[in-house]
Amino acid sequence: MSELQQLKAKDFKSNQEIRWCPGCGDYSIIAGVQAVLADIGVARENVVMVSGIGCSSRFPYYMETYGFHGIHGRANAIATGVKVANPDLQVWVITGDGDGLSIGGNHMIHSLRRNVDLKIILFNNEIYGLTKGQYSPTSPQGLKTKTSPYGSVDAPFNPLQLALGSGSTFVARTLDTQPKHMKEVLAAAAAHKGSAFVEVWQNCVIFNDGCFKDWTDKTTRDEQTIMLQPGQPMVYGKDQDKGLKIDGFALKIVPAAEASAWDPTVDSAGPAFVMTQLDNDPAMPRPFGVFRSVRKPTLDELVHEQIGTVTTKRGPGALKDLLYTSDCWTVD
Amino acid sequence: MSSDTSEIIRQDDVTIRFAGDSGDGMQLTGTQFTDTTALVGNDLATFPDFPAEIRAPAGTRAGVSGFQIHFSSADIYTPGDAPDVLVAMNPAALIINYKDLKPGGIVLVNTGSFTEKDLERADCKTNPLTDGSLSGFRVIQEDINQRTIEALAGSPLGKKDVLRCKNFFTLGMMYWLFSRPIEPTLEWLEEKFGKKPDLFDANTRALKAGYNHGELLRLFQGRYEVPKVDNVEPGTYRNINGNQAVALGLVAGAELAGLKAFLGSYPITPATDILQYMSVMKNHGVITCQMEDEIAGICTAIGASFAGHLGMTNTSGPGLALKTEAMGLAVITELPLVIVNVQRGGPSTGLPTKVEQADLLQCIFGRNGEAPIPVISCSSPADAFECAVEACRIAVEYMTPVILLSDNYIANGAEPWKLPAIEDLPRFEVKFVTDPEGYTPYTRDAKLARAWAKPGTPDLMHRIGGLEKDARTGNVSYDPDNHQIMCETRLAKVMGIRDSIPTPTYYGPDAPDLLVVSWGSTYGATRSAVEALQKEGRRIGRLHMRHMYPLPYGLPEIFASARRIVLPEMNFGQLARLLTSEYPQFKFEQHYKVKGKPFFAPELKAHFRTILEEMA
Repeated sequence: MSELQQLKAKDFKSNQEIRWCPGCGDYSIIAGVQAVLADIGVARENVVMVSGIGCSSRFPYYMETYGFHGIHGRANAIATGVKVANPDLQVWVITGDGDGLSIGGNHMIHSLRRNVDLKIILFNNEIYGLTKGQYSPTSPQGLKTKTSPYGSVDAPFNPLQLALGSGSTFVARTLDTQPKHMKEVLAAAAAHKGSAFVEVWQNCVIFNDGCFKDWTDKTTRDEQTIMLQPGQPMVYGKDQDKGLKIDGFALKIVPAAEASAWDPTVDSAGPAFVMTQLDNDPAMPRPFGVFRSVRKPTLDELVHEQIGTVTTKRGPGALKDLLYTSDCWTVD
Repeated sequence: MSSDTSEIIRQDDVTIRFAGDSGDGMQLTGTQFTDTTALVGNDLATFPDFPAEIRAPAGTRAGVSGFQIHFSSADIYTPGDAPDVLVAMNPAALIINYKDLKPGGIVLVNTGSFTEKDLERADCKTNPLTDGSLSGFRVIQEDINQRTIEALAGSPLGKKDVLRCKNFFTLGMMYWLFSRPIEPTLEWLEEKFGKKPDLFDANTRALKAGYNHGELLRLFQGRYEVPKVDNVEPGTYRNINGNQAVALGLVAGAELAGLKAFLGSYPITPATDILQYMSVMKNHGVITCQMEDEIAGICTAIGASFAGHLGMTNTSGPGLALKTEAMGLAVITELPLVIVNVQRGGPSTGLPTKVEQADLLQCIFGRNGEAPIPVISCSSPADAFECAVEACRIAVEYMTPVILLSDNYIANGAEPWKLPAIEDLPRFEVKFVTDPEGYTPYTRDAKLARAWAKPGTPDLMHRIGGLEKDARTGNVSYDPDNHQIMCETRLAKVMGIRDSIPTPTYYGPDAPDLLVVSWGSTYGATRSAVEALQKEGRRIGRLHMRHMYPLPYGLPEIFASARRIVLPEMNFGQLARLLTSEYPQFKFEQHYKVKGKPFFAPELKAHFRTILEEMA
């Protein structure tokens, strides 16, 4: 029986009890994904959730879809195999800052450069949670953790910059505390054909509680964040009175009326990269939303297109042709 | 050429080694000679021996590339031991190889590459042509460089390109010496250089000139004739090397399973050719992904198997080490997967272009946890096809990863392969689950293989992964009793493969004094050595293993019949150790060689003879 009837978010919940800590940001993300899947009307049997290792990577067990819980860092590679083998499937990668950027960093950059049609959600909590609190490749310098008791001396990655540098055709960021925004971003990722990289700022209540509070706290967030909307002026602030203007290779704060419009569809990744530079400037708001969204051929499309072209040219191969070639000889 | 009046010397068995700088085209010369020899109807076996460096400094010993061909008018099992003929294109090639020649053997030397500077590059203090090194051999000196330049007078090619044709001049000389036709190579040149008339013309002229040169100059005492094999089994044959045979076997295996082949791979010597061959087969629906590393290679293959393809990955020892964790994932998710390990000299990077079979215990035991994986080993290039098909069969029938062992000697060695009739190949078509009634991810059949439901199938949504699962529901389970049940079940499933594999055939007298047990590429040298001793009337027999894990039934009965048992292995006795732990009632004597070179039949024969004489 195929699923033509309209599914609800709850139809995407498996019968397994969720075992994340109470208050964990992961709950908000899984609710967002379930709602988006219901909204876009994809059949459950055509969805595959692939994960690596970490708190976030238990995600597939809680979804009533096909799921594969892989090994540490390798979700992107496993998902690439699934998608290239069967391009009809909608394949999601669930990973974290440790899984996707540290042990799995290599697979992350290569799956992005190949533009495999994967929806990648990177849960960024700037800490290793499942191993109980060690600094991660996104932890800020100076963070005191169990393995950095005097403060981490490692410089962190900016996940968005890594994705843009890898040639990702879709790059976005959202927060676990803003479910509506998250759903918009996830829906855009799901609609994107190609690698979609979505960083979600996700609070770890146990080991790194409050690490994003300046940008999530209701009293400060409006002045500290800007929500990018495609084609719309870049305005922010409690009264929507401030704006950002593109000024060469930088952005400056201007009155809302003078704000530039945001266009994530330009071919160059330059403006998106400039936008990510705001993360380094405490005087500037942190940007969220879709940074880049461009259409390029995907790996899975290209692989099958090439198979089709060669097959058309040479004719469908039979096993016999493969073995009995022109350089055979016969002994009577 | 019919006016040739040279004396014809009949010889039944010849081994030639072509050796030169890695830029001299010796591999091409060797493969051309091989293809022509196959068409003439000789049995043959070849083995290339090239350096790890693509272009080591020209003229140095490190840069010597060799190609050995053994051909015969009778069945043969190895690429030959001591060569009868050595072709040495420069001093380094001569110095490295001449000691391997048979006493009285022929050395053809290209004196055009024996200048002071050439000798210096090869680190020769004295000239081996004049210092007595070659006494005891028949040395034929010819300035092949100069002869090639003369033959190509008027060619529009520059001097450097003209000199690159010297391998075809040399090939022409060898064709004359061994009474081979030049036509097959002319056809090949037409195909290769048909659109580049200058190159076609130059190589054709060089080849013909070399052939005529053999006749005109009477450099040799006569020419040799190696008659074709008389009692060849009727059928269609082609020359094949081990990597080609594995690639064909994997694609055939997938088709026989009714699946599409998916190879996730990363280039590594000496396994890369498998990826290259399979990447051509797109019109057979084969998907190849050259991934970012070894781990991604196997992980994409696992993902493809989850999606309903037959996932495969190919590598060599260092790459297998990297794939270790993912192999465990394939074990616990019980997905079919074929992992090809083309062994090379280790540890670490070791000897990348040389042979060894020291990964056996790594393959059988080298994973965290109780992670049994069946292991199959090819014995020769022609055997590799059937082994690859067998690996696919076991993978899908038992829902398990399977390791297929080859090695550098098999991978790059070539021999004639009698093609199977397509209708005779085994079929093991996969039936995916589509009925949700009673389905769980770990529903098992009589062979204990779990049910395979692929994504896209309605109402069979399920989750698998690296965490232990409940035997009944397939949900994550940390239950202690369940874990033991699952470990026992996975082991029992793999052990059950014994019901589908034959006991290897014993060849030899009843109750032999000595039983030789071999595996992998030691097959040929062992068989040659044992048969030679059997002809002398010795009570010696042999047993060759294909299924390394699980071990087939029936072995103890064979072992019990022998007075002594010896295992020649290119490792420190890994199979001997395995058999000792499985069958402690017998004594398994190891005989090892880890020189990056295969065993040669004479050295094995001498060793077996020593044992037999001790017992007399």
